[in-house]
Amino acid sequence: MKTNDTSRREFFSATLLAGLTVAGCSTGKNPFEPDAATLETVKPSGEMVKLLSVDGQVIEVDKAFLKPVPELPQVSNQAARMGIPGKKFVMVIDLSRCKSLKKCQTACNHMHSIHPGQNWIKVYPQQEAEHTAPYWQPTTCMHCDEPPCVKVCPVDATFKRQDGIVLIDSDRCIGCRFCMAACPYSTRVFNWEEVDLPKEIAEKPYSCETSVPQKKGTVGKCDFCPDMARKGELPHCVSACPNGVFMFGDMNEDSVTNGSETFRFSELVRDKAGYRLMEDLGTKPSVYYLPPVNRNFPFENNEVKEENKKS
Amino acid sequence: MESLAKQKITEDLLPQKFGKPGKIWVGVLLGFCAIGIIAYCQQLSKGLVVTAMRDYVSWGIYISNFVFFVAISLVGSLITAVLRLSDVHWSTPLTRIAEIIAVSAITCASIIIVVDMGRPERFYNLFLHGRLQSPIVWDVIVITTYFFVSILLLYFPLLPDLAILTKYKERTGARLHKLYSFLGSFWKNTPSQIHIGERAINILSVTIIPIAFAIHTVTSWLFATTYRPGWDSTNFGAYFISGAFLVGAGGVVVAMFVFRKAYKLENYIKEEHFDKMGKVLVLLALLYLYFNVNEFLVPAFKMKKSEEEHLLGLFTGEFAMVFWFAITTAMIIPILILIFKKGRKPLPAFVAGVLVVIGSWFKRYLIVTPTLLHPFLPMQDVPENYKHYFPTWQEWVIAMGSLAGALLIITLFARIFPIIPIQETITETEQHEKD
Repeated sequence: MKTNDTSRREFFSATLLAGLTVAGCSTGKNPFEPDAATLETVKPSGEMVKLLSVDGQVIEVDKAFLKPVPELPQVSNQAARMGIPGKKFVMVIDLSRCKSLKKCQTACNHMHSIHPGQNWIKVYPQQEAEHTAPYWQPTTCMHCDEPPCVKVCPVDATFKRQDGIVLIDSDRCIGCRFCMAACPYSTRVFNWEEVDLPKEIAEKPYSCETSVPQKKGTVGKCDFCPDMARKGELPHCVSACPNGVFMFGDMNEDSVTNGSETFRFSELVRDKAGYRLMEDLGTKPSVYYLPPVNRNFPFENNEVKEENKKS
Repeated sequence: MESLAKQKITEDLLPQKFGKPGKIWVGVLLGFCAIGIIAYCQQLSKGLVVTAMRDYVSWGIYISNFVFFVAISLVGSLITAVLRLSDVHWSTPLTRIAEIIAVSAITCASIIIVVDMGRPERFYNLFLHGRLQSPIVWDVIVITTYFFVSILLLYFPLLPDLAILTKYKERTGARLHKLYSFLGSFWKNTPSQIHIGERAINILSVTIIPIAFAIHTVTSWLFATTYRPGWDSTNFGAYFISGAFLVGAGGVVVAMFVFRKAYKLENYIKEEHFDKMGKVLVLLALLYLYFNVNEFLVPAFKMKKSEEEHLLGLFTGEFAMVFWFAITTAMIIPILILIFKKGRKPLPAFVAGVLVVIGSWFKRYLIVTPTLLHPFLPMQDVPENYKHYFPTWQEWVIAMGSLAGALLIITLFARIFPIIPIQETITETEQHEKD
């Protein structure tokens, strides 16, 4: 698994560099022939790196001439509040596939550096009535179209974007926690104390799209990873789930994917009788659930078992 | 009262220096405030983690204390405005007591709500980015308005008294004399001034009633605008208002008794006042009981699944002790004491008042916390201490500090200004003599 991972990363960096190569080619010069100005400032190290060129040839470049590809520039607060134009993000959670591995939770906690003990994604052992079947129900923020949290926020610190995502601006939040009282899905958490973060994360420039770093005295919650969406990638929970429980996509494109399978959203929800949580409250969530029928796994609640053992 | 000369009334009602008990009382209150401030400094540096509030119980005794303060402050409008407009004269000696309770309570409500904020230093965001759609902004608006109207309603009737006070420079001391002349030297007691003053007070009395209803209705909406079982109720506005009048009137009875004893005001706050306030208390307690029956019995009849856990927790579960304690001490026992004529004597009325106030404080706690412990989705994936709530010492100390602060404001006010309106008492005595 690990070797696989590194080779994939190597492949990615190689293709990115190859992309740069193409850009260089268009100027008509040989990009691997350092010009006079570069030669003055950069000394060839003599260590060569193998790269894959656009036409499939393996070429060698001196390591000293390689430049890291810059990350996407951070979006402004105004852009982050607007959202990604033309999108309407939606998530489908297939309950028949969930066995509470909680890889989604681990990935989410790690990528957002959430306070230990708190979770933005929770996995509930659900059972509607005595004689009905138990099942696992992962919950993210529902990114409601009629968000009760946004309604009550006194300072517009939590807001609804045109792409359907509900975000929090931790630089504006006053910490009144009215949104937490208003949310019927108990999705919001509060940063009761300063989180002990590694230096490189604590010093990251904050953006409401990355939600990192979380700030003391403000509210946090699942953000649908809009920073990943901007890069055209999937939220961390979706890519972390080995069972493909989470499907993420754009309602305007009518498609959702868990990374390996892609579905037409409308067909998926129609054919599998998708539903939303607490429809009667009128919150209109953006998260759809597929009922836990024809399940891939039996329901085993190890937490309860362990508790029973203890007692 | 006919026998009392004007001079005697003035002499009796002038503010008095603190005696030994007074000094000890102020010292104790200052001590409580200081400890509260120390605990708050700790909270500021470490964050709200010093409280027992966590993600599920995200509002605790700070908020219930806030609701309590807003509730008790409503009495200002009841005694001063409602009784004034309905031409009830017996309440004259009580107006200033009621009004200073209102001002001090609403001040402390504002303080405690800032204490509850995770980011108090961003308070200005409410003005910079305030959203008029949010009930919190409504609360900020109506509480600020109520504060200023209450201050004016305290200040205008004080003007004739200030004119009297400035004549007693030797007794009040130079510093207070300066304060009195700063506040009221323009008041010459001319007929036209008296006329304007009367009209202003009348206008304020009319204005303050809707504002008073608004502050507590909006405060109830902080809860009722959410979906949660126990808060999702159309009954909440009226339920809160009736409870507020009850606790406020209870507070006034307690204050009447204490001031009467401390300042020997037996000739001004008479047994008749306790008798009448006692009757008012019975009426208000019955009214609040009625709304409680509505609030609990109707959902309990249906026992919807989401409400069931919450209601059973109150009736027989983990909150049963506090619940029944609050119902009996805030309503049932005071009613039983005060329906009898003997129960409306000063001492038993005082006891009933104290019971009302204590029971009402716990009632506010029950309105806030149990609901938060019964969310729609069960509590899941959180540390064990997130599933319970019992305030930490910092929360207790800060809450007590704010209560002490409210009492301190009232005490200091009574030290500086006459707690019973001098001029109005004189006028009424004179009128009485004429009749």
